[in-house]
Amino acid sequence: MELIFEGLREAVARILTLDRDLLEAASASLVTSGSATSLSVVTGVPLGAALGLGRFRGRGLLLALANTGMGLPPVAVGLFVAVFIWRSGPAGQLEWFCTRQAIITAQYLLAAPTIVGLTAVAVQSIDPMMRLQLTALGATRLQSIALLMRESRLLILTAVMAGFGAVISEIGASLMVGCNIKGDTRILTTAIALETSKGEFGAAFALAFVLLGIIFALNALTTWAQQRARPQ
Amino acid sequence: MSGTILEAEDFAVARGGREVVRAHELRIREGEALAILGPNGAGKTSLLLALATLLPFAGRLRFRGSSIDRPLAFRRRVAVAFQRPLLLDRSVRENAALGLALRGVSRRERDQRAHDALVRLGVAHLAGRSARTLSGGEAQRVSLARALAVGPEILFLDEPFSALDAPTRETLVADLARVLRARGVTTVLVTHDRDEALSLSDRVAIVMGGRLRQIGDAASVFATPVDSEVAAFVGVENVLPARVVSVTEELTTLRVADHLVEVTADVPAGDDFPLLCIRPDDVIIAREPGPTSARNALAGTILRLEPIGRRVRVLLDCGFPLVAHVTVRSARELGLAEGDVVTASFKATLPHLLARHRAA
Repeated sequence: MELIFEGLREAVARILTLDRDLLEAASASLVTSGSATSLSVVTGVPLGAALGLGRFRGRGLLLALANTGMGLPPVAVGLFVAVFIWRSGPAGQLEWFCTRQAIITAQYLLAAPTIVGLTAVAVQSIDPMMRLQLTALGATRLQSIALLMRESRLLILTAVMAGFGAVISEIGASLMVGCNIKGDTRILTTAIALETSKGEFGAAFALAFVLLGIIFALNALTTWAQQRARPQ
Repeated sequence: MSGTILEAEDFAVARGGREVVRAHELRIREGEALAILGPNGAGKTSLLLALATLLPFAGRLRFRGSSIDRPLAFRRRVAVAFQRPLLLDRSVRENAALGLALRGVSRRERDQRAHDALVRLGVAHLAGRSARTLSGGEAQRVSLARALAVGPEILFLDEPFSALDAPTRETLVADLARVLRARGVTTVLVTHDRDEALSLSDRVAIVMGGRLRQIGDAASVFATPVDSEVAAFVGVENVLPARVVSVTEELTTLRVADHLVEVTADVPAGDDFPLLCIRPDDVIIAREPGPTSARNALAGTILRLEPIGRRVRVLLDCGFPLVAHVTVRSARELGLAEGDVVTASFKATLPHLLARHRAA
């Protein structure tokens, strides 16, 4: 118990004194996971909407791929990205191995399927007659899609939060392709693993509290948005 | 009323690879209210959706004399309201203005027009409310206001009252009838409710079994159905096999079972064995036979008394089954009971004769 209390005391001290290593890891996590999620939103939300609302050849296969992608093991993604950007790999000339770009790429591959799949579910959850009503009201196809996406905005927000939550808390892929370089590619999860392996529980606790705080804040934000939208 | 606003010819609608409804010819006149009436699954909603270009169709569809080459442009000149209100998760005002917003109408103008439509449907006081907080009746009023706000040249209504409770439905039907008549909006209404059709429409089209079976002004369709199926649907419960005994200038005498019945209706050409159609509302029940102007009076035994809303359905055995409808009050005052022998009478001018070979 002494070990735990000592670790907690040190963690609180590190947080209160805004420990530099802690801030660097938190910042790196937010930048990489934020970027990966943003890219996933830009590409995944329209694709998810198209899969949810469209009727075209290959749609079922794409939906199955998105659903499979939601359960991708991070280490498998890490392996795939590492091989791809390895110096002698197909994209070796980019020189992304052990960089934040590599982490963002791996996290994008982890977040995008979640956002695509859950966005498709979100737009499909709207009453199918609503689409017919919008068409009847004189909406163009694009106007209909925009209105339906707005109508399912809370579920899409949940999809985005699920994607962000998945990547900010993953470690395998980021460790494999980012190399855990201090001040650069060391993110909260890889730093926690490193500090724990060294027996630096105070530092590990501090990093874990910050990670949990970020996840809690995001979930609180999502919950607030959902509750705000409920009819009074 | 003036000319034809919408015209369908050799019009057929298929869903899931199967033809669900066909109309050889259907003309909708400008300013009229046409009810498409039929039982569940008859194909009336498919017909309405195809007329509104919301379903693919085969055949010709002309709007104001021209083929509809650009469905979006056509849809922006008409409006559709469905069985469910289908409002967006926004304020009532925004919902009412949605059709106008999609047409690129300026905010000021659409706010004004949406407000006017909400006033006409009696829900302007709800303008600031979230659509998700409305009752079913309020939401349907907003849905109708949204449709009327765009100033449609044709308003298509797909059973817009069927999800409402009876009192809400009755009030809304009355209010909508008043609004539509005041503005002379051409309306096509799908319903399976005869009372709704009578309240809201000038003409009635009967769709049964995927076919447009009869179209005409509401009174004539209800009084002179073209076949026994349509007769049954429009409430003519008595469709009796008859044989022509004699025809004079004034009256046709028919034999129904062992009774002679006199009618003024014309005998279908070349058919000596027509079907005699009598509406239950046209049959009068009396305790004792007495002198009346009714040419037909038959003694009958009451087999069953069935309350249906404000009326009682009386099933009589007059040597053939005969159904009469009387008010609850009349049934009570006459002290009607099962097994009683009463007199059923009906005027010679009321029955309608159908050709037997057209019976389904």
